[in-house]
Amino acid sequence: MNAHAPIPDLAAPGLETGCDIRQERGQRAVFCGLTGIVWLHRKIQDAFFLVVGSRTCAHLIQSAAGVMIFAEPRFATAILDERDLAGLVDANEELDRVVRRLIERRPDIRLLFLVGSCPSEVIKLDLSRAAQRLSQSFHPDVRVLSYSGSGIETTFTQGEDACLAALVPEMPRAPETAAPALLVVGALADVVEDQFARLFADLGLAEVAFLPARRAGSLPAVGPNTRILLAQPFLADTARALEARGAQRIAAPFPLGSEGTTGWLAAAAAAFDVPAERFARVTAPGRARAAVALDLYRERLADKRVFFFPDSQLELPLARFLAREMGAELIEVGTPYLHRQHHAPELALLPVGTRVVEGQNLDAQMDRCRAAKPDLTVCGLGLANPLEAEGLATKWSIELLFTPIQGYDQAGDLAELFARPLKRRTRLEV
Amino acid sequence: MQLTLWTYEGPPHIGAMRIATAMKGLHYVLHAPQGDTYADLLFTMIERRDARPPVTYTTFQARDLGADTAAIFQDAVAQAYERFRPDAMIVGASCTAELIQDDPGGLARALDLPIPVIPLELPAYQKKENWGASETFYRLVRALAGGTPTPRTERRPLCNVLGPTALGFRHRDDLVEITKILGGLGIDVNVIAPLGATPADLGRLGAADFNVVLYPEIARAAGLHLQKTFGQPMVETVPIGVRATLRFVEEVSAAAGVDPAPVLDGAPSRLPWYSRSVDSTYLTDKRVFIFGDATHALAAARIAATELGFRVVGLGTYTREFAREVRAEAALHGIEATITDDYLDVEAAIQAAQPELVLGTQMERHIAKRLGLPCAVISSPIHVQDFPARHSPQMGFEGANVLFDTWVHPLMMGLEEHLLGMFREDVEFHGAAAPSHLPRHGTEAVAVAGEAPGPAEPPVAADALSAPAGPIILTWATEAEKELKKIPFFVRGKARANTERFARERALPLITLETLYDAKAHFGR
Repeated sequence: MNAHAPIPDLAAPGLETGCDIRQERGQRAVFCGLTGIVWLHRKIQDAFFLVVGSRTCAHLIQSAAGVMIFAEPRFATAILDERDLAGLVDANEELDRVVRRLIERRPDIRLLFLVGSCPSEVIKLDLSRAAQRLSQSFHPDVRVLSYSGSGIETTFTQGEDACLAALVPEMPRAPETAAPALLVVGALADVVEDQFARLFADLGLAEVAFLPARRAGSLPAVGPNTRILLAQPFLADTARALEARGAQRIAAPFPLGSEGTTGWLAAAAAAFDVPAERFARVTAPGRARAAVALDLYRERLADKRVFFFPDSQLELPLARFLAREMGAELIEVGTPYLHRQHHAPELALLPVGTRVVEGQNLDAQMDRCRAAKPDLTVCGLGLANPLEAEGLATKWSIELLFTPIQGYDQAGDLAELFARPLKRRTRLEV
Repeated sequence: MQLTLWTYEGPPHIGAMRIATAMKGLHYVLHAPQGDTYADLLFTMIERRDARPPVTYTTFQARDLGADTAAIFQDAVAQAYERFRPDAMIVGASCTAELIQDDPGGLARALDLPIPVIPLELPAYQKKENWGASETFYRLVRALAGGTPTPRTERRPLCNVLGPTALGFRHRDDLVEITKILGGLGIDVNVIAPLGATPADLGRLGAADFNVVLYPEIARAAGLHLQKTFGQPMVETVPIGVRATLRFVEEVSAAAGVDPAPVLDGAPSRLPWYSRSVDSTYLTDKRVFIFGDATHALAAARIAATELGFRVVGLGTYTREFAREVRAEAALHGIEATITDDYLDVEAAIQAAQPELVLGTQMERHIAKRLGLPCAVISSPIHVQDFPARHSPQMGFEGANVLFDTWVHPLMMGLEEHLLGMFREDVEFHGAAAPSHLPRHGTEAVAVAGEAPGPAEPPVAADALSAPAGPIILTWATEAEKELKKIPFFVRGKARANTERFARERALPLITLETLYDAKAHFGR
């Protein structure tokens, strides 16, 4: 998992950055990777996510999913009990029984993910073998895969990375002779995905696919002629798995804000030799609309001092957007994990001297935040109200995962998410 | 392994957090993997607390596993002590840390801190949240309680109030009501715990004459311990409902040796008159299904039957520790209790009981919504809207007022129900009209269309596990179907089910107008 990934040497060619990058260890206030299920199950419409874990895991998903849990959700938890731990029952037989009951109950399911948790990882329940065994017994109706969303191995959005990485071996092989194809990787809101598909079509890219696909059975092919474009910054393992199958990654900033979206599309256009004139013509309307939309919020965000607590790995591109397009000042940009290569274009765009902190020591970071008295603090829901009570304006970060924020037509919405708490503070008279 | 979509209770360490967060000057160091900090937001978001819970997590990761985790735990304890300077500490493990078998108690003891450090053993794979809260409070009381009462001649009677916690359903406001009652009786409160208490306050518990246990799930164990250690009697009647509150006042007065009259004479609740006023006549025999924690479910069953005149057609709890009491109460209503922590079982029981009102938790609210039934919330687990800004107790005389309004509100007002029956062919009162208190999205448009299909049939459960239809294929004759639509929607589902059952039992393949009315005569209203 990411925690074990070798950290590239910062002095390596192509990774120069003017940022002040530090690492920190200690108490962390972050979600585990199980949380990714909450948006992934909306994206892959015929998939079911079965967490194998404890009551804590079930309680976490319930807390994170809020009211969604009752719309016949496609996720559940197989709660381990003392009999499973004491070896009184065969945990594998128990798992088979639970899965059988589940599939009887939900015959519409085509893809089942067994999702590992801290307890299942610590007791070393082999979910990948269980997935193979169950896949055979339910073949061809249901495919069973496994990945880990445990807190000991994954932080929040890394759960999506682990899930998509588990899908990569399932993707069909594209022949060596296939035409060059673009694969956009990372779950995007359907509306955003559709916008990007139209833009790529207008740019003349004939073969464009998205991972994850909306249905489990329609996974795109991958091969040496596949170019992958990461739509999300937290896909280290997925990119590595795709590269292992011959695909080549297109380095690009992430499509947040007008500049990020242009940079992202431009990188793809360059890889597919789209003429500059065509690129300018196709992207002009989007850039113009984004410019109008962003003007509405620039006054409110300009010169505002912003502090990011680590949460999703979206922090760097978000900070870049706020600094360069909205004129905000960055005090500290925390990120749970910094993939030097995937983030290189973002690091290059951040203002020189930006303090980037990888990892967390919660109390120390809160002390720094209080001392800096930022105008806006981006943080999780466990910290937001306490910091508000101390007089700091906050933007709770989880919303940035559930709201469509990528692309030209969401740039204004993205700025509004940060401007709203500031507006609210000036509005309230009590 | 148990297949779970929704859990009524969190793991036991959440219960320990509820105690720690309720108190002041206490810090909890929890050996837990990265990610378990999600529990913070239950307190900061659902209860809207303005400070982080006083919990330090070790948040170990995969790379820390091995000998490292014990050192991480000790560092966390030492640093938490340095930073927060608590008066006492509790230490323990969450479910994952329980598996890696570091010994939080021993590791903390080795640091030799100058404050009491109380280790917690919370078996995460056997027990749940309320048990965790109860055990934590008991351990704290056992470790810290002290003090002796001064002679009674020099002072007014003195009691402790035990049970209210953080994240408790209306605990904040219940406490206001109980304190008011005690004050009215001339009884002084020695310590309220755990909510708002410090470790030093727990050290004074022994000075009281007796204990009031408000929430037995949480404080009975501590109350019993105090009874044994300090000889303090324990009042355990839960004052939810008018009758229960009267009994509570009498018991407290007896324990304190005071006259209950000053409190009882003040016409303390509006519920009795509201319930006797003629508008409430229509409440008679309303079929109600009740589910929640044992304390609230038991209280609700008594209020429903004896103070509002409902008929209790279902009663259950997810609190297995109190299953016997709930079974006994259910027997009084001639029904069998639903003791389960699987919300699908509860859903099935509700469908089978065909209630007209559901009283339950956040889950029953969703189930009732799915089935198109009125519902009110009486117990945890609850969502943010049940930590209201306004004063909203369940206990005491004001609590009874709140309960009357809360439970009757989702039902149709008596007059409204009457009008709907009388003028059901009118545009405003046609059969598909929803009650004004129960908005239904998307029905406004069809409402004026007259013969539009009624939206209020309970939807057939989407899950494949629900009971399959009987072997006979039942057909409704057109005129019978039409007649069914004339029946107000809130009893239509029951009428349909009763008629079909009647037809099935008699092997009638076609349901005619006669069948409909035969069934009505057979089953009665």
